[in-house]
Amino acid sequence: MLKFTERGVYCPQADLYIDPWEPVEKAVVTHGHSDHARWGMGRYLCHVHTAPILRLRLGAAIAIQEVEYGEVITVNGVRISLHPAGHIIGSAQVRLEYEGEIWAVSGDYKLSYDGLSVPYEPIRCHHFVTESTFGLPVYQFPEPDLVFQDINSWCHLNAAEGVNTVLLAYALGKSQSILRQLQPGSRSVFLHGAVANVNAALGEVGYRFVGERITAETDRTALKGAIIVAPPSALGSPWLKKLSPYRIAVCSGWMQLRGARRRRGVDRGFVLSDHCDWDQLNRAVAATEAETVYVTHGYEGPFARWLREQKKIQAHEVHLHGGEATEADL
Amino acid sequence: MRRFTELFTAIDQTTKTNEKVAAIVRYLSESDDRNSLYAIALLIGNRPRRPVKTSDLKEWAATAAGIPDWLFEESYHIVGDLAEAIARVLPSDSPSRSDYQLPEVIDELARLPEQTDEQKKEVITGYWRHLNPDERFVFTKLITGNFRMGVSRQLVIKALSIHLGMDEAAVAHRLMGKWIPAAETMASLFSESVQSDRVFQPYPFYLAYQLDAPIASLGAIEDWYIEKKLDGIRGQIIVRSSQLFVWSRGEDLLTDKFPEFGPLANALPDGTVIDGEIIPWQDGRPLTFQVMQTRIGRKNLSQKSLREAPLVMVCYDLLEWKGEDIRDMPMHYRRNLLETLLSSPTLPPALLLSEVMPFNHWGEVAVFRQQARDFHCEGVMLKRKDSAYGSGRRRGHWWKWKTDPLTADGVLIYAQSGHGRRANLYTDYTFAVWDEDGSLVPFAKAYSGLTDKEIAELDTWIKRNTLERFGPVRSVTPHHVFEIAFEGIQQSSRHKSGVALRFPRILRWRRDKSAEAANTKADLLQLIAAVTK
Ligand SMILES: [Zn+2]
Ligand SMILES: [Zn+2]
Repeated sequence: MLKFTERGVYCPQADLYIDPWEPVEKAVVTHGHSDHARWGMGRYLCHVHTAPILRLRLGAAIAIQEVEYGEVITVNGVRISLHPAGHIIGSAQVRLEYEGEIWAVSGDYKLSYDGLSVPYEPIRCHHFVTESTFGLPVYQFPEPDLVFQDINSWCHLNAAEGVNTVLLAYALGKSQSILRQLQPGSRSVFLHGAVANVNAALGEVGYRFVGERITAETDRTALKGAIIVAPPSALGSPWLKKLSPYRIAVCSGWMQLRGARRRRGVDRGFVLSDHCDWDQLNRAVAATEAETVYVTHGYEGPFARWLREQKKIQAHEVHLHGGEATEADL
Repeated sequence: MRRFTELFTAIDQTTKTNEKVAAIVRYLSESDDRNSLYAIALLIGNRPRRPVKTSDLKEWAATAAGIPDWLFEESYHIVGDLAEAIARVLPSDSPSRSDYQLPEVIDELARLPEQTDEQKKEVITGYWRHLNPDERFVFTKLITGNFRMGVSRQLVIKALSIHLGMDEAAVAHRLMGKWIPAAETMASLFSESVQSDRVFQPYPFYLAYQLDAPIASLGAIEDWYIEKKLDGIRGQIIVRSSQLFVWSRGEDLLTDKFPEFGPLANALPDGTVIDGEIIPWQDGRPLTFQVMQTRIGRKNLSQKSLREAPLVMVCYDLLEWKGEDIRDMPMHYRRNLLETLLSSPTLPPALLLSEVMPFNHWGEVAVFRQQARDFHCEGVMLKRKDSAYGSGRRRGHWWKWKTDPLTADGVLIYAQSGHGRRANLYTDYTFAVWDEDGSLVPFAKAYSGLTDKEIAELDTWIKRNTLERFGPVRSVTPHHVFEIAFEGIQQSSRHKSGVALRFPRILRWRRDKSAEAANTKADLLQLIAAVTK
């Protein structure tokens, strides 16, 4: 029912694409990250909480059909519905059913709970398309609760020494789950404009987060022991310099490996991921009971081979749009 | 193990030296003597011998993790570090025992080499099961033989000096040489009174900085000793109580490797310490460093190897004379004594005096430096005549001024994703020169020298211009030319190109050159002929 084409995952029967990266007429978008939600589609279909993000990033004029999780839409006989992926606010897996055959496309997802996005729900299907960003056994992430504890005590320690804490996290998704878990106490929380913009957009659908946008008027010399949340692109920027003295950390699944941590040249790396680790991927695949699995986005080769050889599942590796690094992978 | 792992992590996490020192001081103040001594030994690089083969470790780890060997290899490649790969593939939720003490772990590892493979496996996989992933990483690092703490000796000395309230130079002196943590206490290692027993102890080597200012800024040339910078092994020859000790700067006791120096035990007066360059020497000039390396690498010295690579020490300083530490005396004083000592006709021929070059102007020095290879050296050493023999690096008194590296232009033909970095960033490169038949032969591998920005740009280009993939390696369209610098070049039958380079690195990206303009194999052979004439 689905085909992997030059433009993205395509359903000929319904004539629509899932997360296409070139302009097409009808696009189902799993979530708002820029490697999934691209510019130029005739019509977008996404979860109601993804819609404000698309408008923020792609322009207010785009045509969006918003749906809730589990709401079924029928297109030329194909029953299409979105289901929680647990990746970020509004993130969805896409379920497609036609003449008794069921496909599920995971988009980006994770099984662990970040305290914010609706938790992942497995979809029983015949064919499962899964990402594999962290599809190697070296990626076994600690419990997010423990990591948030570490982050909080580190902020505490820095404040005690009179320095600010800068937490670098992707502006959409991870920033919000960090803000939700912060225990700033009396310390103030500041936001990079990119984070504040996302927060404001999510405000339209009822989300509220702590933190004040840093503007030209903010007296940065007055900051002492404050917590600042910014996207990774802020690293090395003049914007960041003005926040001195500070200690800085990257929050990302890549921080699991020492080499990646050192390469970033930051004070700390917190292992905090919006994606499945190795165990989660294996559990997710098993829960779908799929007979065929298509592995994309990440370590396709090894994970597909592992599923074939060890789990006796028909697994194929699919290379989508070259697999180059994306902003969300930070 | 937990506390030591915390120390390792604290040092690893920061690039700021004062935070590293603070972490060590904190560890020392919170640990007992035994733990401290074992930790100090590891901090300064006295690590245990490697007790097991890498292939065994990989196999045991894959089995313990419940994954096939190929998947372990795949993971190892991405991580780039064996210990880390092992620590991470094993189940992360194993129950952690927190009461392992560093000394018991190290002692157990020291006993391993005598045990059977089955016993080794039992011990090592047992630790893997009981330690948490961070401890497991540090533990495995200890057995993979490339354990490094990420602090310089100087920082350890500084921390100890703060902790003990002792002078840094005194701490440095007492850490020299081989000492066994199990056989010491903090008092036996650091208290003054027992120091006299340590007849074998070398002095900390005084190091020179690379000259980074115009030569004329050094002032009057008359104030300086100018010597050739030789490419051997820095060493100290010590004779005390009629015993001879030969130390290398890496602080290995190499006495047995250098039988040439044997007669010095009786020929030099007691209480003599000479600093110099140990180097193979024949017909009045040094042989190449490779000759030295093959000889050092040999387990048993044959008559043949002694004949092919006869060693001397080219002496340039005298640190102890008649049992007295004269390092604080000015260099001209020490040098005079050294000259007198070496002029004695009864000395064996293995000691030569480092020649003071008779230059009159800095300009002459500059010219000499450029042609240094013609004079069998790598540049010049500049030492102030009134300088004391310092410890570690103190700027301003001793400089090295090396000749420019050799260079060749090579074409990028293979790229490999970097170790321990992002999986899909290509950072290790292989370069080729043209052969007579118009094919490209690889001659250098290099991974350093480009900026992060250049690496990113090249990475994108590599991904778009891949010809073939071989596992982690990609062959690319021969297009980009890079200037490769290296310290030495010689013929080699083991390399396809017929040449082997010493310390190759990327000097610059030659965007101005097309692939056709790169050097040829014949150019490299000519270069060899030129440097070995
Ligand atoms: Zn995403
Ligand atoms: Zn993604």
